[in-house]
Amino acid sequence: MNPANAALRRHWALLAFVAFLLAAPFLLSEFYVTLMNYIGLATLVTLGLVLLTGVAGLMSFGQQAFVGIGAYATAVLTTVYGGSPWLGLAAGLALTGLVALGLGLITVRLSGHYLPISTIAWGISVYFVFGNLEVLGRYNGLGGVPALSLFGWTVDTGRKSYALIWIAALAALLAARNLLDSRAGRAVRALRFRATMAESFGVDTAQLKLVIFLYAALLASLSGWLYAHFVRFVSPGAFNVNIGIEYLFMAVVGGASQVWGAVIGASLLTLLREWLKDILPKFFEQSGNYELIVFGLLMLPLLHHARDGLMPVFARLAPHRRAAPAPSAAAPALALRARPAAGEALLELTEVRKNFGGLAAVQRLSFDMRSGEILALIGPNGAGKSTVFNLVTGVLPADGGEIRFRGERIDALPARRIARRGIARTFQHVNLVGSMPVLENVALGAHLRGAKGSMAAMLRLDRLEERRLLQEAARQLERVGLAAHLADAAANLPLGQQRVVEIARALAADPVLLLLDEPAAGLRLQEKQALAGLLRGLRAEGMSILLVEHDMDFVMGLVDRLVVMDFGEKIAEGLPRAIQSDPAVIEAYLGGIA
Amino acid sequence: MSADIFLWLTQDGVTNGAIYALLALALLLVFAVTRVIFVPQGEFITFAGLSLALLEAGRTPGTLYILVFGGLAAAAIETFDALRGRAWRRLPRVAALYIALPVAVALLVAWAAPRKFDQWVQVLLVLAMVVPLGPIVYRIAYQPLANASVLVLFIVSMAVHYVLTGLSLVFFGGEGLRSRPFSEAKFKLGVVDISAQSLLVVGASVVLIIALWLLFEHTLYGKALRATAMNRVGARLVGIPTVLTGHLSFLLASFIGAVSGILIAPITTLYYDTGFLIGLKGFVGAILGGMGSYPLAAVGSVAVGLLESFSSFWASAFKEVIVFTMIIPVLAWLSLRSRHLEEEEE
Repeated sequence: MNPANAALRRHWALLAFVAFLLAAPFLLSEFYVTLMNYIGLATLVTLGLVLLTGVAGLMSFGQQAFVGIGAYATAVLTTVYGGSPWLGLAAGLALTGLVALGLGLITVRLSGHYLPISTIAWGISVYFVFGNLEVLGRYNGLGGVPALSLFGWTVDTGRKSYALIWIAALAALLAARNLLDSRAGRAVRALRFRATMAESFGVDTAQLKLVIFLYAALLASLSGWLYAHFVRFVSPGAFNVNIGIEYLFMAVVGGASQVWGAVIGASLLTLLREWLKDILPKFFEQSGNYELIVFGLLMLPLLHHARDGLMPVFARLAPHRRAAPAPSAAAPALALRARPAAGEALLELTEVRKNFGGLAAVQRLSFDMRSGEILALIGPNGAGKSTVFNLVTGVLPADGGEIRFRGERIDALPARRIARRGIARTFQHVNLVGSMPVLENVALGAHLRGAKGSMAAMLRLDRLEERRLLQEAARQLERVGLAAHLADAAANLPLGQQRVVEIARALAADPVLLLLDEPAAGLRLQEKQALAGLLRGLRAEGMSILLVEHDMDFVMGLVDRLVVMDFGEKIAEGLPRAIQSDPAVIEAYLGGIA
Repeated sequence: MSADIFLWLTQDGVTNGAIYALLALALLLVFAVTRVIFVPQGEFITFAGLSLALLEAGRTPGTLYILVFGGLAAAAIETFDALRGRAWRRLPRVAALYIALPVAVALLVAWAAPRKFDQWVQVLLVLAMVVPLGPIVYRIAYQPLANASVLVLFIVSMAVHYVLTGLSLVFFGGEGLRSRPFSEAKFKLGVVDISAQSLLVVGASVVLIIALWLLFEHTLYGKALRATAMNRVGARLVGIPTVLTGHLSFLLASFIGAVSGILIAPITTLYYDTGFLIGLKGFVGAILGGMGSYPLAAVGSVAVGLLESFSSFWASAFKEVIVFTMIIPVLAWLSLRSRHLEEEEE
C-alpha cells in the first residue's frame, strides 16, 4: 500500500468530516447554517474544556465568563470607541489572558474541588459585572456590533461567518490534537493521575496546568469574539452560569478525554437544545428554559453508565486506530550527559530525618555512595526505605539533615529540579499512564532531553525532536527486552513487565544515578536473571544504582554494598558477605530467633 | 454612615449570615461523608420557602408532585435492583419508604392546604414535603456512583441542580414569593430596633448547630457519620455501610436546606432559582473558613452575610460581584500554603 493510500485510510473519518463542513453551506438552509455556526462556536469552548477537564483533570464551570470577556471587549471597542474588530480581538485575548493568568495562578495549584466551585463563583461575578456596568449597556447589552471584514471581504451573512467560525474551530482542533501527540502532550496526559511521577521526570506540572488553563480560556475568548461579530449583539444573558454548565455537559457527552469529543458533544447538545426549545413549550403554559430538566436527566444515566461519553461509540463506527508512534532510525540520537569518573563521591546523606506526625519514618540516617557502584537499601517492611527514595528525589521534603548530590545540596529542591541533575527513579507502586502506549510512557522519561514546548507542538515544529525522543524510548525498551510491546497500552501489560517499563522510562532520562524501588517484585526467575544482567551492564557503562529490594538472592549476587535500615534507622552497612552474618541484621529480620 | 444604619446593616448581615452558616455546615458534612459538592442544596431552600408562601396563601404547592414523582423514580430503581439481585424481601420496605410515605404526605398536604392552618402546622407540612427529597435524590443520582471521583460527583451535582431548577420552574412558575414573618415584634436595644424575626433566625441556627453537634458526639448514627468522614475505607471495614451514611447525610442536608428556606422566606423574595445563589453563599462561607473546619465555616458564613449587607448599602448593584469575588483572595491564601500535588485516583 502506498503512503498516500495509508494516510487516506487512517484519516478517512477526518476527511469525511472536513468534506461535510465544506459541503454544508451549499446544502443546508439558512436556519441550519446558523445552527452549525453555534455548534462551531460551542466546539471552540468545549475543546478547551476537553483539554482542561478530560485530559488534565481541571474542571471549570466558568468558561462562559471568558467567552463573555472576548465578546464584550470587541463589542465595546467597536461600538463605543469605533475601533477595528481586529483590535477588539487583540484586546479580548489580552484581557482574557490576564484574567485567566491571575485566576489560574491562584487556583490550578489547588485543583481538586476548589477549582470548579471558584469557577462557578467568578462566573456569577462576571455575569453581574456585565449586567451592571453602564458602559456595557447593563442588562440591555450592546447592539450594532459591526461585521468583520477581511481584505475587503465583509463577513455579514451567516454563511460567511460559517467559513470563519469553522476555520477557527478546525484549526483549534488540529492544534489540540498535535499538542496531545507531543512531548508537552505526554506531560499533559500525565497531569490528571500521575502528577508526582511527571514532576520526578522534570515536568513543571503547575506551569503546564496554567498553560492548559490559558489555552482553554483563550479559545473561549476567541469564540466570544466570533460570536459578537456573527450575532452583532451582546447581552449578559448569553454568558450566565447555566451556559457554563452546558459547555461542561458538552465535554462530558462527547467524551471529555478526546479532542473530537468536543465536536460531538457541542453538536449533540446544540441540536438537542434547539429541538427541545421547539417542542417543550407545547407542554407548558409559561415560557421558560424547561430544557434544563431534560439536559439534567440525560446527564445522569450517562454519568452512571458511560462516563467516557459518546466518543467511544462514534470511534467504533469509524475504526480509526491511531498508528502506534513508530520510531524511525533516521533521526540522530539524543546527546548524552557527561558522567562522573568512577569512584567519585556521588550521593551523601547526613543525619537525614523525616517524620509523619508522630511516626519517625527516617531518623538521623547517614550513608554515602560512590559513582559506578550498585548500593542496595534493605530492611523489613516499614523500615523507611521508600521514604528515603522520596527524600532523595524531592517527592517529600526532609525535616532535617543534608542530602548532597555530586557535592551540591539537593534537599531543598523540588523533584523536577533534582531530576534535571541526573537522578531518575522507578516507583514501588507502578506509576505509568495506563491508557498511553508503552513507547510514549518511556518517552516521558526523556522529557528533559527535549525542549520544544506546547506552541511548537501545536504548529508541528517539533517533529525532528519528537522522532529523536521516541527513538530513544524504543532503544531503551529494546534494551530491557520489551521491544515487542511498544504500541500496547501500559495498563495491558502484566505487573512485572510494567515495572520493567518503569526502568526503561528511568533509563530514557539518561541518569547518572538510577533509583530502583523493588524492581524485581513480580518477576519470574528468568526475568530476574535478565534484570540482574541488565543492571550489571549498566554498571559497566558507569551508571550508579541505588536499589530497594526484598529478594535477597537477587540483591546479594548483584550489589557492591548494602545499607540496612530498621524503624527508620541505619543498623548496618557493608559488603554483602558481612551483612549476611551481621547479628543486628539477623535480629531485625528474624526477631533474634537465630 | 450613621450608627443606626450601621447597626441595622449588621443585624441584617448577621441574620443572613446565620442562615449561610447552617448551609455551610450541611455542605461540609455532605462533602466530608460522601465527597459530594452538594450544589443542589440551594433547591431545597427554594422548595421550602416557596411551599411555605403558597401554603399561607391557601394554595397547594407543586412540591408534592416532585416528592411523589421522585419517590416513584427511586422506587423504580430500587425495585429493578431488588429484582436483579432477587432480594424480594426488600420490596415492602421500598414500597413503604418511596411510595407510601410520599403519597401519604402529598395527600395530607393537599387536604390541609386550602384549610390555612396555623403557621407552625404549615412549617411541619413543608418539612414533611422537602426533607424526604434528600434521601430520594441521593438514591437516584448519587448512590450508583458512591466510588466515583470528586469531579464526577460534582458534574452529577450540576445535573441534579439542572433537573431540580427546571422542576422548580415547572411547579412554581416565574413569580417571586415571600412568606409572612413569624413575628412582627421589635425590641428596642439602644438606638436600634432588633426584630423578633432576626432573633428567631439566629436563635434557630444556633439551636440547630448545637443539635447537630450533639448528634455527632452522642449518637451512634452521628459517630458513623464522623467515622466515614474521617476514613471511608476504614468505616466500611468496621461495618458502616456507605449507603447508610450517604442517606443520612443527605437527610440532614435536606432538613437543613428546608429549615433555611423556611427561615429566609420572610426576609427575601424567592424565585424558582434563587436558592442556587443562596446555597452558593454557603459554599463561599465554607471556603472562607478553609473548607474543612465547622466553626471556621460558621465564622466565614457570618462574614459573607455582613459583607453582603454592607455592600448592598454602598454598591447595591455589585453586591453579588463582591460576595462571589471574595473567595479569590482566600483561595490565593490557601494556594500559597499548599505544597501538596493534586492527583486523582484512577
